Amino acid sequence: MHEILSVEHLALNFGGIRALNDVSFAAGEGEITAIIGPNGAGKTSLFNSISGFYKPSAGRVVFEGEDISRAPVHRRAGLGLARTFQNVALFRGMTVLDNIKLGGHGRLNSNALSAMWYLGPARTEEMKLRREIERDVIDFLEIDHIRNLPIAGLPYGLQKRVELARALAMRPRILMLDEPVAGMNREETEDMARFILDIQEERGITVLLIEHAMGMVMDISSKVVVLNFGEVIGTGTPHEVRANPEVIRAYLGGPHEQAAA
Amino acid sequence: MNFDWIALAEFSLIGLLSGGLLALIALGFVLIYKGTGVINFAMGEFMMLGAYFFYTANVMWQLPTVLALGLTLAAVAMAAALIERAILRPLSGQPVIAILMATIGLASALHGAVDAVWGGNNYEMPQLLPRKPFTLGEILIPGQVVWSFALAAVIITAFTLYFRYSSTGIAMRAAANDPVTAYVLGIDVRRTQRLTWMFAGIVGAVAGIVVASITSLSPALGGAALGVLAVIILGGLDSIAGAIVAGLIVGLIESLTAGYLSGKVRDIVPYVTVLLILMIRPYGLFGTRQIERL
Amino acid sequence: MRIGDFRQSYEHDEAIWQTPTSRAWLAVFFVFLSVFPFAANAYIVGLACVLGIHVISSAGLNIMTGYTGLISLGHAAFMGVGCYTAAFLAQRGVPFFLTIPLAGLMAALLGLVVGIPSLRIKGLYLAVATLAMQFILVFIFREWEPVTGGVRGVNVPAASLFGLDLNNDTRMYYLVAFCATVLLVAARNLFRTRIGRAFIAIRDKDISAEVLGIDLFRYKLLAFAIGSFYAGVAGALLGYFYRAMTPEYFTLALSIFYLAAIIIGGLGTMLGTVLGAVFMTLVPELLRSTVSLIAQWAPRATEILSPMQEVVFGLLIIGFLVFEPHGLVEIWRRVRRTFHLWPFRA
Repeated sequence: MHEILSVEHLALNFGGIRALNDVSFAAGEGEITAIIGPNGAGKTSLFNSISGFYKPSAGRVVFEGEDISRAPVHRRAGLGLARTFQNVALFRGMTVLDNIKLGGHGRLNSNALSAMWYLGPARTEEMKLRREIERDVIDFLEIDHIRNLPIAGLPYGLQKRVELARALAMRPRILMLDEPVAGMNREETEDMARFILDIQEERGITVLLIEHAMGMVMDISSKVVVLNFGEVIGTGTPHEVRANPEVIRAYLGGPHEQAAA
Repeated sequence: MNFDWIALAEFSLIGLLSGGLLALIALGFVLIYKGTGVINFAMGEFMMLGAYFFYTANVMWQLPTVLALGLTLAAVAMAAALIERAILRPLSGQPVIAILMATIGLASALHGAVDAVWGGNNYEMPQLLPRKPFTLGEILIPGQVVWSFALAAVIITAFTLYFRYSSTGIAMRAAANDPVTAYVLGIDVRRTQRLTWMFAGIVGAVAGIVVASITSLSPALGGAALGVLAVIILGGLDSIAGAIVAGLIVGLIESLTAGYLSGKVRDIVPYVTVLLILMIRPYGLFGTRQIERL
Repeated sequence: MRIGDFRQSYEHDEAIWQTPTSRAWLAVFFVFLSVFPFAANAYIVGLACVLGIHVISSAGLNIMTGYTGLISLGHAAFMGVGCYTAAFLAQRGVPFFLTIPLAGLMAALLGLVVGIPSLRIKGLYLAVATLAMQFILVFIFREWEPVTGGVRGVNVPAASLFGLDLNNDTRMYYLVAFCATVLLVAARNLFRTRIGRAFIAIRDKDISAEVLGIDLFRYKLLAFAIGSFYAGVAGALLGYFYRAMTPEYFTLALSIFYLAAIIIGGLGTMLGTVLGAVFMTLVPELLRSTVSLIAQWAPRATEILSPMQEVVFGLLIIGFLVFEPHGLVEIWRRVRRTFHLWPFRA
């Protein structure tokens, strides 16, 4: 298995608080790796360290053999790191289509002058982007009916889907999803699980997934990393993690709660 | 070359002492920023209001000084409360940029209103502070400068104590820190925000009256406040200590430039200082990179 | 009533003027623009020139403040930089089709000098840095006499094209109208592309803009430079229009005037920019005629004209922020919707 992303001995402090402590794991290329753990375990802090918002106090983030721990956020995006946020972070002043087009930002190269002239290269690449997005993202995620609507009025489930669409428009190598089905109903959750599986199987995109919905995590991931109080307390296949006594104690509680999940 | 050390000492001392009033203006900014999260561009206009109200009551209506002062402070506090109710409260929850622009609009409206009512003339204000100069060896310091510094120090100390120990002060700090939690705990956040604006109005009015009585009264009076705002941004808008430091720095630099260069240059000195510091230390003098919660 | 609006290609869907009706109106508008000076009196033509200049300057401010979320309190001073640059070059015989873009570039360059330190952190620092720049630049305009002519001001030679001096309002009108059209179209185009989207993204949610690969600092700087460029061009045109300028024109009050224009018109829309500029050009005119009417009975009324302007601008800013934060453009949209559905829904 080729490891596309590895996190090595990562530590992160906020003032006196240790948000992450000696966290290490690796994500295999083309696989779904889930990161689970109770609230406040440091899952989102880990994501923020990988995408570059937080500067870890120790340890490294390695992408395709290159240490990117010091790279600024926007450069990591250029390397192929895409993500969604726990609380949807869409641009509310724009339509769905413009939000998704922003995902293609890094692949376009018109400068201010050609953009202002528009006719010519800027127009050509904008139209090319539009066609790609329609074909690869909008059709795929079944959101053609809302493409010209503003974000503000959309129901939550659709907003999450638009955010996924925007990340996909980046043509990422790694897609980091922070609680993609939180707050969704059963049907929406199943749709989302299907999309994530399709993304991984058909496009070979590596997926990192933070999620509390245990059923979905156990169903679709090939590897699970369990965090608690900023430390990794278990890593393995869903099956192994389920049997790991420390994980059961720290996270899943007693045996009958595990059965309920 | 024979350098005049006495002159330097005199300019510096006068500068620092006149910085007291500027610190008072800075306190007005800090109060509102800490209490309501708003940067009030109309602080200088509060100064104008105070000075013109006082002039009207004391000189035009011939009311006794103490009564005129009381009336003025009450009137400015009411105006501030009204502004809070009519403009800031409807805008709460709006983006910072909208609120900022609203206070810019407020400044423009108040400035124009004062100009329209009282005209653009210079008025001679009554002398409120004793003029008798103080001497320190060979250094001579005008009496008003010393007394205005003392007055500013008393007011700033009083506010600091009030915020630290009185129950209303503590409630105001709590509401400033986390309005939602404070509200849940039973603090009347609207009341504390209204009070904050009233206090800032009073502080501004006092500063305006004193500044006008030392110099003179004209629509240019509030201009100093913007310079103070510029510098205070560097020290951090949320600390009273930062406000004091900012006030003293502006006072010192202004006095030195007025002494060694010219009075014309003095007015833009705070702005030049700010631009230079931003170039060298973009995070401000004491600022640190903040960790943002995503 | 209009029914259905079907688009059959992505190109069509991305066009600005999508329906034949809107394109027809556009054509009518341009015909109107070109014959207008022959139908109006000299005063109105002069007013139209000022309006065109306001439109350009407001468009620049709206690009930075409305679309990108960067407040500038020094927009007027950057116009001043453009004006003095154009004057300096024109006095040395440089033709206007070079001085105008150079004036824009000069303002943009100065914008970079302020923007580089202050944009690295929060937007607030930019507001204060531009405020500082406003005062410092006006000070320089007043004191640097060899170049700016000091408080007495500077003279600008008439722009001339193929030996034809643009020395009256009608001729200037075409120059201003041309510049305004080009710059508005350019701005509108900008927001159909990645760059404009990046600006809006930074305004709406800077963290997710970064995650999408947008270099915040670079794009903020770009927005600031483009906005200052527009201000510089507007300033140069102002110089050619009035033929003489003093520092008193470019004060903080004018910066606030433009802030008012974009708030009243609508932050982040080009139509709003135009509506706001029209509104703000007409308000002082309206005030002036009201005051001269009142002055028949109360002679002191003319004295308070300029303070009354400040009051009205301030109240307009506050009023729109509180009651119609989306500005005139939102009112316009509401009216249009009503007409589209008429007579089936009132």
